[in-house]
Amino acid sequence: MLLSVLAACGTPDSTDHTSRLLRGNGAEPESLDPHAVRSEAAGNILRDIGEGLVSFTADGRIVAGVAESWTISPDGLEYEFLLRPDARWSNGDPITADDFVYSFRRLADPGTAAFYASLLGAIVNAEAITRGEMPPERLAVTVLDDGRLHIRLKQATAYFLQLLSFPSTYPVHRDSVERYGTDFARPGRLLSNGAYRLQERVVGSHVKLTRNPFYWNDAQTRIDEVIFYALPDNMAELLRFRAGELDITSAIPAGSFARLNRDMPALLRVAPYLATYYLGFNLHREPFAGNRSLRRALSLAIDREVITQRVLGNGEQPAYSWTPPGINGYLPPPVGYEQWPPGQRLAEARRLYREAGYGPENGPEMELRFNTSEAHQRIAVAVQAMWKEALGLEVTLVQEEFRVMLQKIRGGQVNGLFRSSWIADYDDPLTFAEVLASDSATNMTGYNNPEYDSLLEKAAQEHNATKRYALLEKAEALAMEDVPLIPVYHYVSKHLVASRVGGWQDHALDYHMSKDLFLIPEGDGRQ
Amino acid sequence: MTNRQEATRAADTGSDTAIKGRSLWSDALQVLRQNRAAMAAMIILAIVSLLVIIAPFLSPYSYDFTDWDSVSVGPSFSSGHIFGTDALGRDLFVRTLYGGRISLMVGVVATAVSLVIGISYGAVAGYLGGKTDHVMMRIVDILYALPFMFLVILLMVLFGRNIFLIFVAIGAINWLDMARIVRGQTLSLKNTEFVEAARAGGVSTTRIIRRHIIPNLLGVVAVYVTLTIPQVILVESFLSFLGLGVQEPMTSWGALVNEGAQELENAPWMLVFPAVFLAVTLFCFNFIGDGLRDALDPRDRSR
Amino acid sequence: MIRYAIQRFLGAIPTLLILIALAFIMIRVAPGGPFDAEKQLLPEIEANLRAAYHLDEPLVQQFGRYLYALIQGDFGPSFQYRDHTVTELIMDGFPVSLRLGGLAMLLALIVGVSLGTLAAFRQNTPTDYTVMGVAMTGISIPNFVMAPLMILLFAVYLKWLPAGGLGDGGIANLVLPVIALALPQIAYVARLTRGSMIEVLRSNFIRTASAQGLPMRTVIVQHALKPALLPVISYIGPATAAIITGSVVIEQIFGVPGLGRYFVQGALNRDYTLVMGVVVFYGVLIISFNFLVDLLYGWLDPRVKY
Repeated sequence: MLLSVLAACGTPDSTDHTSRLLRGNGAEPESLDPHAVRSEAAGNILRDIGEGLVSFTADGRIVAGVAESWTISPDGLEYEFLLRPDARWSNGDPITADDFVYSFRRLADPGTAAFYASLLGAIVNAEAITRGEMPPERLAVTVLDDGRLHIRLKQATAYFLQLLSFPSTYPVHRDSVERYGTDFARPGRLLSNGAYRLQERVVGSHVKLTRNPFYWNDAQTRIDEVIFYALPDNMAELLRFRAGELDITSAIPAGSFARLNRDMPALLRVAPYLATYYLGFNLHREPFAGNRSLRRALSLAIDREVITQRVLGNGEQPAYSWTPPGINGYLPPPVGYEQWPPGQRLAEARRLYREAGYGPENGPEMELRFNTSEAHQRIAVAVQAMWKEALGLEVTLVQEEFRVMLQKIRGGQVNGLFRSSWIADYDDPLTFAEVLASDSATNMTGYNNPEYDSLLEKAAQEHNATKRYALLEKAEALAMEDVPLIPVYHYVSKHLVASRVGGWQDHALDYHMSKDLFLIPEGDGRQ
Repeated sequence: MTNRQEATRAADTGSDTAIKGRSLWSDALQVLRQNRAAMAAMIILAIVSLLVIIAPFLSPYSYDFTDWDSVSVGPSFSSGHIFGTDALGRDLFVRTLYGGRISLMVGVVATAVSLVIGISYGAVAGYLGGKTDHVMMRIVDILYALPFMFLVILLMVLFGRNIFLIFVAIGAINWLDMARIVRGQTLSLKNTEFVEAARAGGVSTTRIIRRHIIPNLLGVVAVYVTLTIPQVILVESFLSFLGLGVQEPMTSWGALVNEGAQELENAPWMLVFPAVFLAVTLFCFNFIGDGLRDALDPRDRSR
Repeated sequence: MIRYAIQRFLGAIPTLLILIALAFIMIRVAPGGPFDAEKQLLPEIEANLRAAYHLDEPLVQQFGRYLYALIQGDFGPSFQYRDHTVTELIMDGFPVSLRLGGLAMLLALIVGVSLGTLAAFRQNTPTDYTVMGVAMTGISIPNFVMAPLMILLFAVYLKWLPAGGLGDGGIANLVLPVIALALPQIAYVARLTRGSMIEVLRSNFIRTASAQGLPMRTVIVQHALKPALLPVISYIGPATAAIITGSVVIEQIFGVPGLGRYFVQGALNRDYTLVMGVVVFYGVLIISFNFLVDLLYGWLDPRVKY
């Protein structure tokens, strides 16, 4: 069946024995320069063509990468990495400690204007360099010898190794960068150090990778070629999957889960994803400023089971806490009403609503803002209906273009609530906790609780993992008591994976490197 | 009115065509009545409009009532959801009819706006010609090329969200094609014998445009109008994408078809019913437009 | 003629300048910026980005900088695709859109004019209604519905054609997107042709021609078609400029790397230079095509004078 399809497409190479993986990749990657990217689409490709000091397994455990081993000082401040002697660039040149020093300096350098310069924030002097107050040479990343690299942190950072598996911390090839400038990440120019190397890039269409024979672990790579297709429309992507033109989709269209689960259950891969969908209050303004009862009433009046099961129906988990459960072993503290029957929950919501000074006849005037998307719209309509039914509250729905809405949120101009979401940057509860810190750039509600800030500060100083989690739990319990936002659901990642693809494993951050996958030779089980 | 006086004066100038101007509309109505397809289309359109207006009395459901126990249910008489329900358990029959209110209103009003601006602008530019035409048409070129999405975003920043803005935003773009078509026809018409005769007879420019040029354009205009209406109805749903169009839970045919397209295979009824209403309406406008074209064709009446 | 052409060319320069200035202002005063995201950047990182793109300069200075580069043919770097210049993006996307759009327009003209002429001859008969009904489906069913339906039928179920992408550039990959692009255009062309063909057929000179016993084919091709195409040509000018610069819907559904998505995605991303680039590019095309249309008027109808 596959052969006939390929023949019909006139796709070349359908007769040779090159194994080729075809991946849907959502949006167009903005660049393949590790320092100029921030999208998942770019990250997916970079994880295939590059590798950091450390790497991770298909199920997300940190393992050796370019560094074959490392030591951490007891105070958690000094890191020393021993590089693999056989780590090489895709042209065969060896990778040295110098390459990392150059790359990290470039990442921190304000002239590079890297989105993820903040990844290095824990390193001594990094922040000052990015602010332009110090030359990049002052970054506390130093060469001990060709094969040994030393990094000094200003503060112990429990998840620092994880950051070093993030694409923006991958090394870039100094000579290429100096020769081609910002355009170095092009086919024919880009030298990388992962299992694959860049073969071809057509903006708006695809990126083609071929196996990198110089990769230290090339013997374990089982697929010769990988093509990432830019397919922002999920429905178009699904159609191409069904036509046999894709092996893996980046997502599934909203509302299609039930049908796909019936038609091709074996191909559907759904796994918890470390992200929370929430409705944020504008705490700078009436009616929510200083009105905790109202905020809590609104939160209680939302039936998350209905939203996850009826409106979404893809296996998402109802969210009562800010942090998704199970992020690196952390369990968010219960908020108390998770298990309440609907009647009790609604009665309490009404009581709080009255306590806040409102009733069915005199509700507060407010808007619920969401950026244009079918899924956001459905949730907003559902929430509107729930509030109307439970509290008699009439909230106005406002659909807005994304960046217009962001500007309003940041200017504190939202009259009411807005929808947003937070996706984990790394596998540690702090990636959620730090959002609600009063000085955080990503704190969109205006939540400001000094007690919360000081708990976070204490957690940062704490070396004992158990005690650190206890402090984070306490902080989260405090924030959830204050209700600066309404967590609605925790995400799941959703893919269709053709049955000829083997080696697929669930990953909490939804990373799936092609080198961990293989193609099952006989038959093709696409449906 | 002053029709007779003008017609007499026009006749005095020796132009024979202007006399037809006197009975343009009554003649047209006569011809239109004899056009079976157009009359049938008018009746269907009247029925659709009536349904849309009395929508709330036709179903026990309201357009925003969400029934979590019947989400995405197919059409059935027993449940009372004769068009089925959408992904939030809302009755699609009522929503389709409510959607028609917005779409018909936007379709007609915005088209009328683009019609009025387009005809006057195009006829004036074409008739005056020369530098005036050049400048006026370059303005049209600029408006064609301006980034529409930014225009809409800015309109909203300046005026807030407002139903009239929909007409302004759509009208602002859709009159351009009309103006260019009208100007093209005018360029050809202004050198015909009857216009030259009127000009030679000292008839004022405004009068020539109104009495000789525009009536002779209406055939083409009637056809183009039927092509503008579908455009406008679909642009409206694009505007809601930018936050300008109708906002949920209210809806429009454009929005419903858009939503339905996402559910093509999951819940085909979500696409089929609004799409059928939309298509039927557009076909009706199409046949009415053709009928009007026949009716307004000056050459037709000389038979 | 040559004088007219020179006059039009000179007129194009101020037109473009006004377009550039207006577009620049509109794009810049719109709320939201190119670096906004749900994950707000640290203030210092955003400041570095703004400095890298000269957004920290006064607007007038930025406009001057833009204009100066533009005169030298440089559209500047894209804000979104940071390692590409706008010129590269346009030059990569345009050939694709031109090929798809050009074929679609050609198809629309051939089919549309034929259907329209046929319907005009059989005015108000079942043939007329059927032909026009078929033509109308192209605009009654929007292309975001039509395109997935076609893929579902021809790629997923029948497996005759690929579902998307450009493959190795073969014809099979073009069939569906070209048809999807052409369908609405066929409706426009057919309806406009029918309308004006009916008028032309009733006019005195055609009646004279057929009264002289000339065969109908000759009458149509030699006498009726040219004047009847006048409104079609008026429409075709801007429509061609639009269609050969791509369609975001078609490109996203078929996964085709054209220019169309830059108009929409560029705007949503606030990719200032990219939007300016496509606006200027499209503006030049609009001005050129409308100039061609004006020349065609004179050829189609000798009465037309400017």
